[in-house]
Amino acid sequence: MQLEFLLEQVVNGLVLGGYYLLIALGLSLIFSVGGVINLAHGAFYAIGAYISLEITKYLGFGPAIVLSPVAVAMLGILFERFLLRRFYAADPILSLLVTFGLAMIAEQLIRMIWGASPISVNMPAVFKGSVFLGDFIFSRYRLLLLAVVVVVLVSIWLLLHKASFGRVIRAGIQKPDMVAALGIRLQPYMTAIVMLGVGMAALGGALFAPITIVHPAMGAEVLTVAFVVVVIGGLGSFWGVVLSALLVGVVRGITINFVPAAGEASMYVLMFLVLMFRPRGLLGERIEKFET
Amino acid sequence: MTSYNRRNVLKASAALVGASTLGFPAIVSAQAANIKIGHLTPLTGFLGALGAYAQLGIRMAEEEINAAGGVMGRKIEIMSEDSVNPATAATKAQRMLDRDGVNFLMGEINSASALTIMQVAARNKRFYLQIGARSDALRGKNCNRYTFHVDIPSHVMVYAVGKALVRDNMMKGKKFFTLTADYIFGHDLGSAAKQFFAENGGTVIGDELVATDVTEFSPYLLKIRQAKPDIVCSNLAGNQVTNLIKQYAEFGLPYPIVGFNLNTADAWAAGEGNLSGTWPTVWYHTLDVPSSKTFVANFIKKYGKPPENHAWIEYVALYIMAQAMRETKSTDTDKFIAYLEKETQFDILKGRKGYFRSWDHQLIQEAYPFTVRKKGMAKDKWDFLELGKAVPGPNEPLEVLSVTKEHNTCVM
Repeated sequence: MQLEFLLEQVVNGLVLGGYYLLIALGLSLIFSVGGVINLAHGAFYAIGAYISLEITKYLGFGPAIVLSPVAVAMLGILFERFLLRRFYAADPILSLLVTFGLAMIAEQLIRMIWGASPISVNMPAVFKGSVFLGDFIFSRYRLLLLAVVVVVLVSIWLLLHKASFGRVIRAGIQKPDMVAALGIRLQPYMTAIVMLGVGMAALGGALFAPITIVHPAMGAEVLTVAFVVVVIGGLGSFWGVVLSALLVGVVRGITINFVPAAGEASMYVLMFLVLMFRPRGLLGERIEKFET
Repeated sequence: MTSYNRRNVLKASAALVGASTLGFPAIVSAQAANIKIGHLTPLTGFLGALGAYAQLGIRMAEEEINAAGGVMGRKIEIMSEDSVNPATAATKAQRMLDRDGVNFLMGEINSASALTIMQVAARNKRFYLQIGARSDALRGKNCNRYTFHVDIPSHVMVYAVGKALVRDNMMKGKKFFTLTADYIFGHDLGSAAKQFFAENGGTVIGDELVATDVTEFSPYLLKIRQAKPDIVCSNLAGNQVTNLIKQYAEFGLPYPIVGFNLNTADAWAAGEGNLSGTWPTVWYHTLDVPSSKTFVANFIKKYGKPPENHAWIEYVALYIMAQAMRETKSTDTDKFIAYLEKETQFDILKGRKGYFRSWDHQLIQEAYPFTVRKKGMAKDKWDFLELGKAVPGPNEPLEVLSVTKEHNTCVM
């Protein structure tokens, strides 16, 4: 019986991990290619949630989860073109400060536009409730979430590993100088990566809005988890982030099953252990430009 | 033409003289120093949305009092800041007293932060009106002479809902699964709840502590499902209750959910159709009392939305202090304490007046249980809560819900 409960927590943790993945994968890509830790990543997640709730009012839930990430990806172009681009070669502390400042500005802007009170978004009635597979209980809505995550994940993998776009990106992560020597400008690729990254964060925000509440500080909340996932997974590795996100979700579920009060601490303990034994992260690659 | 001009000159000079005589006291009062009040409330984190309402409420009272001429001819000046966390709250309170020269302190919602501010007040021997924190311990073992408490304490919330549950046959012989916020307020609420269950024949089959930064509850919901309780009970605080309620509705677990703490802003945030069960409140904007209705109408006119219970409580709290300053003709801590300990009655926009109990400094007042209206009954997005009858009832003494002296560990 106990084993069954545990299995249920593991499966539930995997679903939750999928959601972490949406946010962490973009953070990891931007870090791996541009060398910038985007502390404003959570802000795009929050903006995605707020835009989706506005679109939901007029067009409904379906269009909202498609259009909100597109809108945020457009914002991503401006973000990359006018802000991030200036800091790829600069001291990392500068990009940290700039993106941190941007996150605070975004949070206050949200407060000014939408107010400090949390806003509720209801999920479409068809997704409310649970489905049972044997004795396992699944929230219908989270099954939808899982399906979206799988589709996005497969698309990104194909893009990175089967398209010429991905070859340039992967080469750019390892040897940007060589890519430049071959006459390929990395800048448009970087714009695309930022669009993709913040778009995924916005998708996460739009999808999670009906589960929790939409409020100005939601970006800061999710950024910590995403950052932990990236650190555990390791830089430059697609599967590292995937593995890490799922692991964080599962470890949290199992911890809550046994020691509920320690649920939120579990991921930090996990990060600590991983960094002790594998400082580069689970599947992190050796990236020359970061090794000095 | 000339006479007309002269008359004009006369009128103008008369007006000038009139204005200067009338204006004279106004100039004097502008010269007298403002009464500065240090106000701390959480604006970020899981109680941030409540703190935003708190600020709206106290600002409104400040403007009204100042527009009516202030207190003792002096203007009130509220210095309001985000208390952030218990350590920062204490630092800011000390700074407000030392550097900003505030006359006394007000505010707070977070019980842990309220506790550290109370310590600052006691150390500096300065008055602190603790407004919105509900932990029993603050007016129990941690009470001090310099602090008075406006909001209802956790055991009153437990009674308010518990009595309703007993009435609805949802107590005796029922198995409860509780989720408890892992900080001073949650612990207090949890122990008051356990005591009530024990005295009224309910049993607790699971009680899990939840860290205050949890926003995702699915693993806890799975644990609840495994435990198969009769009733799920929330001892959480702030927007955690909202998240729990929404995710509970998302999973559609069959057990009824109730709780001993839910601020109306967090109830509104859950949205119609997600919330169910019985919950306690200290005040609600549909309360059928004329003075309360006037306040609600003015608040809506000013801010475009109805006041939440933290807006109401901050509003009446500043009026309590204005009355105390007028009556004692001072801003002196000892005079305030003496005045409030006389168990002076205050109009708090409720059916019955409230007073601070002299020996634990707790404002004794009515509380209310509330339930959720049937779907489609709400006039607007703030209207889906149904306010129950005030407890204690009209024929009972106000103190009947409050812990008695023998059971309270408060020693000043």
